[in-house]
Amino acid sequence: MAVSGTDRMVVVPRENYRMQRVRNKTSDLLYSIFRYALVIGISFIILYPLVLKISVAFKDKQDIYNPTIYMIPQHFTLDNIKLAAQVMDYLPLLANTLLFVTITTLLTAISCALAGYGFARFSFPGSNVLFVLVILTILVPTSTLMVPMYLHFRSFDILGMVHLFTGREGINLLNTYWPSMITAATAGGLKAGLFIYIFRQFFKGMPKEIEEAALIDGAGGFRTFARIMLPNAISPLITVILFSFVWQYNDTFYSALFMSESPLISLKVASLPAQANQLIPQLMGFGSNSGMKADPNYVAMIVDTGILLAIAPLIILYLFVQRYFVESIERSGVVG
Amino acid sequence: MRSLRLSLKSRRALLGLAFISPWLIGFIFLFATPLLQSIRFSLSNLSVAPGGYVLDFVGLKNFRDAILVDATFNRILVDSVGAMLLNVPMILFFSLFTATLLNQKFKGRTMARAIFFLPVILASSAVAAAESAGLINLMGDASAIESSTEGGASFNVISIVRMLNDVGLPMAYVDYIVEAIMRIYDIVSSSGVQILIFLAALQSVPGSMYEVAKIEGATAYESFWKITFPMVSPLILTNVIYTIIDSFAGSPVTEAIYQTAFKTQNFGLSSAMSWLYTLVIGLVLVVVGWVLSRRVHYN
Repeated sequence: MAVSGTDRMVVVPRENYRMQRVRNKTSDLLYSIFRYALVIGISFIILYPLVLKISVAFKDKQDIYNPTIYMIPQHFTLDNIKLAAQVMDYLPLLANTLLFVTITTLLTAISCALAGYGFARFSFPGSNVLFVLVILTILVPTSTLMVPMYLHFRSFDILGMVHLFTGREGINLLNTYWPSMITAATAGGLKAGLFIYIFRQFFKGMPKEIEEAALIDGAGGFRTFARIMLPNAISPLITVILFSFVWQYNDTFYSALFMSESPLISLKVASLPAQANQLIPQLMGFGSNSGMKADPNYVAMIVDTGILLAIAPLIILYLFVQRYFVESIERSGVVG
Repeated sequence: MRSLRLSLKSRRALLGLAFISPWLIGFIFLFATPLLQSIRFSLSNLSVAPGGYVLDFVGLKNFRDAILVDATFNRILVDSVGAMLLNVPMILFFSLFTATLLNQKFKGRTMARAIFFLPVILASSAVAAAESAGLINLMGDASAIESSTEGGASFNVISIVRMLNDVGLPMAYVDYIVEAIMRIYDIVSSSGVQILIFLAALQSVPGSMYEVAKIEGATAYESFWKITFPMVSPLILTNVIYTIIDSFAGSPVTEAIYQTAFKTQNFGLSSAMSWLYTLVIGLVLVVVGWVLSRRVHYN
């Protein structure tokens, strides 16, 4: 094979060879132009709404009706941001949401890492069946469990203990953080099945010798996990924490179900248009019953600014971790 | 202490159970129990009483009501399954294509990746709902453009249709392609995770395979179909299933189920609807999984 290859090299005339090289070069160039066009085009599709929102956020009211303005406003102003923050009650809302989301994310990461490790490294009776059940939790739509979960947390009671001691029919946990905390701590929260799967795949790929060495040195199972395995599992941890954080932050399903009255950004954003319509005339000094309606375009502007404020923490977070995140998911991650 | 001494194997088994115990407790109390209860609810008439609820067994009445009596449910169900069947191939094709693109070496690749995964972060049904009231949609929506410049925008689409039809494609394909073009933003924004999964798969294909193929004289086209495609095919199945499940979130059916339960307080009907939905999705998953897993190449 190699011999015939070199033979051909000798036979091919020099002219022809140069032609070939030129042709290869042009096709490479054309291809890379094509590739850049595609990449830039798709990036544009993704970034365009975001850029538009940023532009709207700094635009003055009078700029909406000026058709000569494209993107860059003529009258810079921070009024929109101030007003949107006022309508949303932004800072307390953000603090509250971040606290809630951080706690559930940490609980999810811990419980899923434990379960993932348990499934990856230990064999106990029924371990395979149980893992199939993990997959089942991914597959069953959340709406199927909605009503029983709601009733369950409306009168929460573990094995009838509350009833036994106080005689009442369980505790109403709705509109507290407990339902989400409990589901997160028991690896049953948002997409927890997927996270268990990610952790299991990762721990399966780690060399067994490390653990065995730790065991021989006298470390117990949990100590080995906390000191040896978890510090090595940085990449799936980042993936899971980021996904869990983002999905919890954006979640409206569970939040609307369990704590429809709690101040959370995802819930607030959904009702933002109605709120803006109602509040803006008041904030501008008209009485609540004056029948004044704000300019719909101006309300829309405030809504867009509010959306930007709502997703800003996620974007900032993403700017910091995206590089690590993309690399980590490639190295470990989702694939078997 | 002596008497409690277990063999290493059973000690390991207990330790494993300890590790999964948080999940196991959650599974039993917060998944399996509600799941069984939901079957019971779907066969009963549920009325909320102070501190609990009362069940009246009504048999399959709720299921009959969901399909035959409820005005919109069966239409919404068929619509959203149809939309899902249309969406899945588009998302899959787009994400495999994009992953292949992002896997190549070019300047600015890191930035391109960061941008392409942004939709994973920003996909939120709440934001989408609020956006429809936002300025961007009031002023710059496609339909607004269409209504303000009547001829222009619609002519564009028609010209694409004409062109594709002249090439000789059957009308059904043309419709599909035009549909895909019109909804490019939706497709791009819902394929972030799928791109990640494919990208991870592509990275795990050993580079030596491509080198060998190149030496043997394979074109890029051939090496894609003979190496890349078979190597990532197990992940196609994963992605199909993920995409189907992902389409639950915020689908009109889920919304209808939620409204039935908490607006009209008809919990039995709502459970019946959600079980019908689960069964339909389950059926789709089984069929798709069966068809695909026969074609998937495992090494």
